[in-house]
Amino acid sequence: MTRRKMVPVAILGSGNIGTDLLLKIQRSPWLECKLFVGRNLSSPGLAKASSLGVPISSNSIDGILQDASDCEIVFDATSARDHLRHWPLLQKAGKRVIDLTPAKVGKMCIPAVNLEECLAEQNVNMVTCGGQASVPLIHLIGKTQKDLEYVEIVSSISSRSAGPATRINIDEYIATTESAISLFSGAPRAKVILILNPASPCIDMQTTIFAKVPDPRIEPLALAMEKMVATIRSYVPGYEIILGPIVENGRLVVMVRVQGMGDYLPKYAGNLDIINCAAIAYAEACAMKSVDVASAQEVTRA
Amino acid sequence: MPKILISDPTLRDGNHAVQHQLTLEQVAGYCAAADAAGVPIIEVGHGNGLAASSLQVGESSVTDREMLVTARKNLPHSKLGIHVMPGFATIPRDLAPAIDIGVDVIRVACHCSEADITQRHIGYVRERGRQVFGVLMMTHMLDKDRLAEEAQKMESYGAEAIMIMDSAGAFLPPDVSTRIDTLVRILHIPVGFHAHNNLGMAVANSIAALESGATILDGTARGFGAGAGNTQLELLVAVLHKMGYETGIDLYKILDAADLAEKNMIPVIPTIKSISIVSGMAGVFSGFAKHVQRISAQFKVDPRDVFFELGRRGIVAGQEDLIIEVANQLSTRRAAPVAEVV
Repeated sequence: MTRRKMVPVAILGSGNIGTDLLLKIQRSPWLECKLFVGRNLSSPGLAKASSLGVPISSNSIDGILQDASDCEIVFDATSARDHLRHWPLLQKAGKRVIDLTPAKVGKMCIPAVNLEECLAEQNVNMVTCGGQASVPLIHLIGKTQKDLEYVEIVSSISSRSAGPATRINIDEYIATTESAISLFSGAPRAKVILILNPASPCIDMQTTIFAKVPDPRIEPLALAMEKMVATIRSYVPGYEIILGPIVENGRLVVMVRVQGMGDYLPKYAGNLDIINCAAIAYAEACAMKSVDVASAQEVTRA
Repeated sequence: MPKILISDPTLRDGNHAVQHQLTLEQVAGYCAAADAAGVPIIEVGHGNGLAASSLQVGESSVTDREMLVTARKNLPHSKLGIHVMPGFATIPRDLAPAIDIGVDVIRVACHCSEADITQRHIGYVRERGRQVFGVLMMTHMLDKDRLAEEAQKMESYGAEAIMIMDSAGAFLPPDVSTRIDTLVRILHIPVGFHAHNNLGMAVANSIAALESGATILDGTARGFGAGAGNTQLELLVAVLHKMGYETGIDLYKILDAADLAEKNMIPVIPTIKSISIVSGMAGVFSGFAKHVQRISAQFKVDPRDVFFELGRRGIVAGQEDLIIEVANQLSTRRAAPVAEVV
């Protein structure tokens, strides 16, 4: 394969999300991580990056700004509060920003649903792990069901996969996921519940979607979901529907399980995987567009 | 004898027993009676607390706001309490308005090993100048030392007391004593205990907690609560008075309040049904009982098998959706048809 020009990217945030993102980007045919930034040189994430030969900085956002000439895309894997501070600085520096926090500054991007519409944005928000897992299917519920009244999602994630920023951001996680549900399904009311489960061995990430519709139409929904799952699996191989759609006690129910690729955290951390895979799918689409439109069709992620 | 602080979640935990259908009239009536009896704290809400009305755990017949406003009006002396679980209730959407309504005591709860998700909620309550307790749920799933670490985190966030919940009704008295004893030695704030009666130990466990240094106990009228119910409040008060503890509660009036509760809002007095014994043995959240029975009937599986499988998987409060998955799995795995159990 001829070596094409790789798009230089930086990762801001050296926690679970940032480090897993780095390992995935190492495999990308389009992206090259030129800078991995955290706050503490002794953090496991920075040590990992360093061992891979990736340039690192412990200067947080300043590390990126001082390196202003190089990276085109910045992945912000810090926290919602930090992103609000980072965005104006990154905007001024002319960076394309992919926000993996639930700060909800940019347009919400769910690659299986609206990737194309997001390509022109300077800041896109990857919603949340629960959003990436559920919104594509909820979007179909909105399209196939008449008079959708209400959608609710419940995500259970393994405690081990939820780092400090995830834990401190639960309120933002809920608010951001709820707005994504309403936006992509048209449901007038939405509710999001997040459960951390400490069971050992660790549980896989699971998301249950409940919907209230007066007259559930299962067949067209099941068909549409089958196609959608195939699309999602092209960037999140461990994505599967494990139950439904069925009707139970007047509720339309679909359950999804997401197994990760086992990059930085083991496979149970599907929550990290799905948001990172979505972010990379988007970044690669941007890269393809800017670097090599002609060969865009042949690139698929394994 | 030291004074014991009694907190009464009849109108919160009891909501589990009626699928979260308590009415405003019932809330008003019980609040007035318990207030008159001198119960210090009355907790009100959906069974799983603030903002928990959902398809996942059951929809309330009335809103949080309506319930809290009604309770507030009918509690001239007692403090109004709520149960708040991060992951269900958010600060701006749910907690801030509840405090605006006039809630006095906010009990911020989480699964026993996840205390750090309560940091912002506890901090917010302190900022607003209300009383905040940290609540650790399903505590049979953690040993005493790990439990103490989690309780210490809550204390460091600003919790003014720690409640240990036996949410599955799985404890025997020594299990309670060893945990409470450790917490009391390590923490600088009061420690309390909330029992479920699945194994018939609610009062005994509450007394064990007290003798190990706990100074706060939960009880509900007639034991009205999830699964086999909670510690029976009027009975607990009688036992405490007999032991010489001070509760500030008028015995005759709390007996009257319990009679009123039975007449007005408790369709079935909690008893330890076979399924509740299994639930306690399996160590599964008591609030699952009604869902497990309904879903097991639909999938034609034995609810006892469902409970044991849920226990084996280490399912925690709030994971009611997994009952469907487990029942579905058991029904498809089953080789030969078994008798239908409803």
